[in-house]
Amino acid sequence: MQTTILYIGRDTEITTVMNRLLNARPEWKGICVCTDDEAIEICQTHEIDLVLLGNGIDAVCEKALRAKLTGLKPELKIIQHYGGGSGLLYGEIMTAIN
Amino acid sequence: MSQFILHKENTRGHANHGWLDAHHSFSFANYYNPERMHFGVLRVLNDDSIDGGMGFGAHPHDNMEIITIPLAGAIAHKDSMGNSATIKNGEIQVMSAGTGVSHSEFNANADEQLNLLQIWLFPNKKNVTPRYDQQTLDVAARHNNFQQILSPNADDAGVWIHQDAWFSLGKFDAGFETEYKIKKAGNGVYAFIINGEVTINGQVLSKRDGLGIWDTDSISFKANTADAEVLLMDVPMELN
Repeated sequence: MQTTILYIGRDTEITTVMNRLLNARPEWKGICVCTDDEAIEICQTHEIDLVLLGNGIDAVCEKALRAKLTGLKPELKIIQHYGGGSGLLYGEIMTAIN
Repeated sequence: MSQFILHKENTRGHANHGWLDAHHSFSFANYYNPERMHFGVLRVLNDDSIDGGMGFGAHPHDNMEIITIPLAGAIAHKDSMGNSATIKNGEIQVMSAGTGVSHSEFNANADEQLNLLQIWLFPNKKNVTPRYDQQTLDVAARHNNFQQILSPNADDAGVWIHQDAWFSLGKFDAGFETEYKIKKAGNGVYAFIINGEVTINGQVLSKRDGLGIWDTDSISFKANTADAEVLLMDVPMELN
């Protein structure tokens, strides 16, 4: 079964890398966006299992985003993604979904 | 009562990519062990051997304090902040990835193996402005002494980072004994044995073993062999 993961980060280069990394594994489907509006729209139109909060999301935006996304889907898991690359990604996702 | 966790050298994650022979003290890349996710804010301790001329092409990072210590050879570093540098044994490099930075790391020498420790700490503040620094260390100052090489303070010895962490390196004569006092209440110490054999809080440790100790304000240390070399990482145990 595929896990659908939404990544939100402000840096377009990192977002591109994350899109490649998340979609390189057959067990994951990655959707990567840079804005909160895009993220909310994706959560309204897709079955998202896990949200990764990436770089550049300030505390005010993070609070609003968490409230909006969990309002749409209360059981949604939202975690911080650190590192911006492949080093920590697998461990973060495995810990979150298990 | 102090608590500890022992990571023997041969229990580390291992990935041999040909040009890169990597040992991971904590879960990293495809090595995933739920029991080895972090020690406090210490998230990554990689012991990498890289063939001559080989390395990591440009890749991004964010929100992580990244410390690189070459043990043998030299690294050629370039980043999106405009830094281009070579870091060799006896030096330390630090990069605060913050809002995002891209860099490449290669073995600077075509005919010499590069061995480095790369250490990642969770920052105490997210989305800081990315920064880079490197320093040449006075190697003689670590003889029978834990020489501070990193701290949270820009005006203190060594490089500084966005975290309440202190790193020290020491190289000891056989039989030398000392005590290390933890710098801040709530911190623990992760000791990584670079060379030789030592005893820390009664635990005999060999080359590339790791020992994490917390709920204490000091640790006892004894060098058992003449080539004993140790890195101490004094880090907050609570994630920010």
